[in-house]
Amino acid sequence: MNAVISFLTQAGGFWVLTAIKIGLLLFIVLTVNAYLTWFERKVVALMQSRVGPHRVGPHGLLQPAADGLKFLFKEDAMPAGVDKFVYLLAPFLALTLSLASLAVIPFGPNPLPIKFFGHQIDLWITNPQIGLLVLFSITALGVYGVALAGWASNSKYPLLGGLRSSAQMVSYELSMTMSVVGVLLIANSFSLTEIIGLQDSSKYGFLAWNIFGIRSFTQIAGFLCFFISAIAETNRVPFDLPEAESELVAGFHTEYSSFKFAMFFIAEYTSMITVSALCSILFFGGWNSPFPSGSAWQFSHYLPSLILLPFGLWVIYDGIKYETIFGRVVLPGIGTAIAAIGAALIVFPSINEYVQAPFWLLLKIFGFLFFYVWARGTLPRFRYDQLMNIGWKLLLPVSIANVIITAGVVLLRSKP
Amino acid sequence: MVPTQYYLILSAILFGLGAVAFVVKRNIITIFMSIELMLNAVNLAFVAFSQSWGRLDGQVFVLFVIVVAAAEAAVGLGIIILTARNRRSLNVERVDLLKL
Amino acid sequence: MSPQLLIFFLLAALSVIGALSLILQKHPIHSALSLIVVMVALAGLYLLMGAEFVAAVQIIVYGGAIMVLFVFVIMLLNAGEEEHTDFSKIAKYGGLPLALALTGLLATAMVRHGGAVANAANSDSLASTTSISMLLFSTFVYPFELTSFLILVAIMGALVLAQREKS
Repeated sequence: MNAVISFLTQAGGFWVLTAIKIGLLLFIVLTVNAYLTWFERKVVALMQSRVGPHRVGPHGLLQPAADGLKFLFKEDAMPAGVDKFVYLLAPFLALTLSLASLAVIPFGPNPLPIKFFGHQIDLWITNPQIGLLVLFSITALGVYGVALAGWASNSKYPLLGGLRSSAQMVSYELSMTMSVVGVLLIANSFSLTEIIGLQDSSKYGFLAWNIFGIRSFTQIAGFLCFFISAIAETNRVPFDLPEAESELVAGFHTEYSSFKFAMFFIAEYTSMITVSALCSILFFGGWNSPFPSGSAWQFSHYLPSLILLPFGLWVIYDGIKYETIFGRVVLPGIGTAIAAIGAALIVFPSINEYVQAPFWLLLKIFGFLFFYVWARGTLPRFRYDQLMNIGWKLLLPVSIANVIITAGVVLLRSKP
Repeated sequence: MVPTQYYLILSAILFGLGAVAFVVKRNIITIFMSIELMLNAVNLAFVAFSQSWGRLDGQVFVLFVIVVAAAEAAVGLGIIILTARNRRSLNVERVDLLKL
Repeated sequence: MSPQLLIFFLLAALSVIGALSLILQKHPIHSALSLIVVMVALAGLYLLMGAEFVAAVQIIVYGGAIMVLFVFVIMLLNAGEEEHTDFSKIAKYGGLPLALALTGLLATAMVRHGGAVANAANSDSLASTTSISMLLFSTFVYPFELTSFLILVAIMGALVLAQREKS
């Protein structure tokens, strides 16, 4: 026992802590993925004046569980004539790269007040000096998942879908990386925590965020280029021609069934979450609240509890109406937990101060995810040549112009 | 601390393997990939020397080598596509006459 | 065996296995995948040496762009497995020792002359992007501008080669 404790207090404890953090993050992200599919189906349905999933559990909340079980039990057919190694490698590669990009996203500035055997618990897995470049490397490698999946399926539609999709991803990667260079010029660093730190909103409020850029120059052109390129990068509507159902059967993942298809699915939604996190970190101030700090704005500190407490009470009230176990027992339980957290935030101000930063970041990530789903429910998809035209002839020149103008403004505003 | 000699020996091994691949393989694309392998081996030597000298010139050189390799790959693959279309084969042993 | 030495041996073994697999695989797509493994292993080695910017550029440019180009071309040209030909006897039995001799010559040359540099400068400091860019834009600004010109020429060359015939 003593040997274990001494191992944990020294170098080994750091690795154990990192492993625990990775496990926890994976669990949370996979659950969020599952409920993101539910959220998407509900919101798209409500936009189309229908109800969406509402049979499998109250408000369709157990639909992701049903989908997961379906994916596990479907027949795992491997078509004839495929290159087995590459066929099995492609979804694995897509999923691994997608999940790996979550390792560099910081969720809060301050470490937890408790320590793990003497090691500080930060709210990120790693915070390298080149955090943004790591994300771009992973995005650059993400093209392989799609290209190899299309090629290995030994069939026309997947091959075409795979080629088109990888050409699209490579083209939009350029404007994606160029549109971020404006933020890098302002922040002088690749580290994500430093970029957020420079958008500190204690004085000007939300105007200090990079998109309004009162400190240097507004990055609105950069944000628009980045967001549009990122939607194209993740193969979402309106840029999802390579996997559209009416065009190419299902594009590059036609020949994949059951769990391998689920891997592509999870990879897509996880990259959606990563892109939303990047947008909010780079352009919308990350974990900085839109209200300045000061005694007049102290009410904004109660916003988390103001949201959580009524929501928890509503969940309790709603769950009691149902007759099933999930509705009668689990939902009020969840509602009580949420309401209790909301109440605890009012009662303990120190925890409230700590929770402010992650709350705002998660709220912004949620906002961008809603925007993604909104775009899916609203916009038609682009034709392939229109897609490539936008990438090369519109977004790339605009992002290069953004770099030049931002560089000029930063130079003029810098003290000699 | 890893001694610089280890990196240099690894670089020499990779370069030798790249040279062997260049001579042995017959698919033109694989031969091209072995050229990239040799360039990577040289990059490793550059970065190893940069670390051992404590100066950053080696790493700047590596950036230039990567850029030149990218330009070369683009044009070279274009030539390969055209040649393969004309000769209908990717085997270098079939491209040994100027006559088609 | 310090952890750095252990990581070095792991990454070195990975890169040598990748390079061997490049030679021994029959299908060019598997050779391409092995080369990607070599490049990622080399990026890991650069990180171990503290060259973080070069490691990121290696993965983004080499692994994410150049090798994607190779994979595209293999997919487009529908390259099949290599045909089997018989080497001449000299090539089979004389080739391997000669290749080992080449590698040995290179290794001894590099180690003997490269090891003369004092290892005292082996600090653990990371090479920051700022210092590389300072060097790039002051001492090496002329080669930098020349490489941008080179890329322009390469783009024009690729465009010309990809044109259809005007018939």
